[in-house]
Amino acid sequence: MGHIILENVKKRFGEVTVIPPLDLEINDGEFVVFVGPSGCGKSTLLRLIAGLEDVTGGRIIIDGKDATSVPPARRGLAMVFQSYALYPHMSVRKNIAFPLRMARLERAEIDRRVKAAAEVLNLTDYLDRRPGQLSGGQRQRVAIGRAIVREPAAFLFDEPLSNLDAALRVGMRLEISELHKRLETTMIYVTHDQVEAMTMADKIVVLRAGNIEQVGSPLELYRNPRNLFVAGFIGSPKMNLINGSIAAQHGAETIGIRPEHIFASSEGGEWHGKVSVSEHLGSDTFFHVTCDGIPEPVTVRVGGEVDLHYGDDIWLTPDPNHLHRFDTQGLRVA
Amino acid sequence: MARAVTPRRKIITTAVAWAIGLLIFFPIYWTILTSFKTEAQAINDPPLFFSFDWTLENYAVVQERSDYMRFLWNSVILAGGSTLIGILVAIPAAWSMAFVPSRRTKDILLWMLSTKMLPAVGVLYPISLIFVQFNLLDTRGGLIAVLMLINLPIIVWMLYTYFKEIPIDILEAARMDGANLREEILYILTPMAIPGIASTILLNFILAWNEAFWTLNLTAANSAPLTAFIASYSSPEGLFFAKLSAASTMAIAPILILGWFSQKQLVRGLTFGAVK
Repeated sequence: MGHIILENVKKRFGEVTVIPPLDLEINDGEFVVFVGPSGCGKSTLLRLIAGLEDVTGGRIIIDGKDATSVPPARRGLAMVFQSYALYPHMSVRKNIAFPLRMARLERAEIDRRVKAAAEVLNLTDYLDRRPGQLSGGQRQRVAIGRAIVREPAAFLFDEPLSNLDAALRVGMRLEISELHKRLETTMIYVTHDQVEAMTMADKIVVLRAGNIEQVGSPLELYRNPRNLFVAGFIGSPKMNLINGSIAAQHGAETIGIRPEHIFASSEGGEWHGKVSVSEHLGSDTFFHVTCDGIPEPVTVRVGGEVDLHYGDDIWLTPDPNHLHRFDTQGLRVA
Repeated sequence: MARAVTPRRKIITTAVAWAIGLLIFFPIYWTILTSFKTEAQAINDPPLFFSFDWTLENYAVVQERSDYMRFLWNSVILAGGSTLIGILVAIPAAWSMAFVPSRRTKDILLWMLSTKMLPAVGVLYPISLIFVQFNLLDTRGGLIAVLMLINLPIIVWMLYTYFKEIPIDILEAARMDGANLREEILYILTPMAIPGIASTILLNFILAWNEAFWTLNLTAANSAPLTAFIASYSSPEGLFFAKLSAASTMAIAPILILGWFSQKQLVRGLTFGAVK
């Protein structure tokens, strides 16, 4: 089980409102990602669910029970911290066993579960080491091991991969996704990295200044961003946002077009411009194009290798089926 | 940029350090030396450094005249008891100040320390009255309470600085793992702060051991520690410098040995918070 409902949840630190009243439902077994720029309140929201912070108002319901004033130890949730937060004075074995010891489980049962978790996470050879003797990736695994042995109602991840190097991050991302498939337990994952959000989530919650900007599956957010903020935040490279007369031609204050939805040609098209910077990734090439009448450079993706260089003429044609239109409030126009 | 350590600079700093060290140590050295002289040689002018008749007579006399072991035992009980109770009270206090500070925490810390600025004699009268009222005069219990209370601000301050160095994430992880407050302090905070707690215990044990004002004023025969033992040789009837020195040497010897073996911890304790 792991069904979490936030009802009218508010959080203030002194005079500063971090989370204005907010409602959210997280279904059992879902992988939910809270994403947003730093300071958007995503970590605070996670800590409110964990019980590490008290709500200023509203209710938190976990599996049908009001958990608003239940201490973190008794909410049945497990958390993986950004800093790993391992117990430095205990061996890996004792770190993983700690939550079971606190739950007053029997010795034999503790040993059995620790062994099982260590096998799943490839930690069997490291059980007698201290956290200080492990690499970053191994520490991360110990932190996850400590979370899974308890068989919690839900896992809370607070930017767990941000201290790892890029290669390791991709590997751990897959491991966590696999873990979710296997355990089918609710996971709430906080990150500022929209790639992590897109690749892992069943449901993404985009936050800005404590407000939920949009909730939806990765593809819903990609296809139908509700407003300019979500449009600019989800997708990599970012969606091109264009104001002014070109937007007016399409009957909007602002239009948005993703780099992958622009057709580029060296012969002719809707917008004329010159190539400024080109990024060759092998499979794709990204051109940053300075277009006539568009102040910001337009990013465009072209499949494979294209022989265009700095200063060359280029014509761009946006795919009308993938053109997003926004009004003066920045909201999507249907 | 690091300053270059030239051989000359090294020699000078070493010499200065030795000079300061010897200067500080000299009174202790002189006390120990005097304890092996006869009473006449002890007050000889010019002072005698080595050329005197080494004697153990003073120690024999001191041993005969008073029961050293009883004073020693009282010192151990008073210093140990007050430190232990102080630590037990201070750990939760320092925990709350370090990890759930309120707007007034800094003020409370300063206010606690400010009690150390009051001259002890200022509260001699009220404390004595309380002791008389509750029949605490010349009891170990009463004195343990007083010694614990006067050193408590320092214990809390020291523990507070050590606890501040422990990342709160780790305590929060323990909370998520199902630890209650007692388990969090017992299994996570305390083991992680062991070096800090050890140097706090050591420093406070020494402070309590050497405390003379309250131990002299509130004790008579039963609970008198080594400070009273020394004081009993500083009598107005005559000059017994050699015997006084012998008594002093016996009184400071245990703490000197303890300090010698725990130098590393002590240095860390005394410079607490200075270097992270």
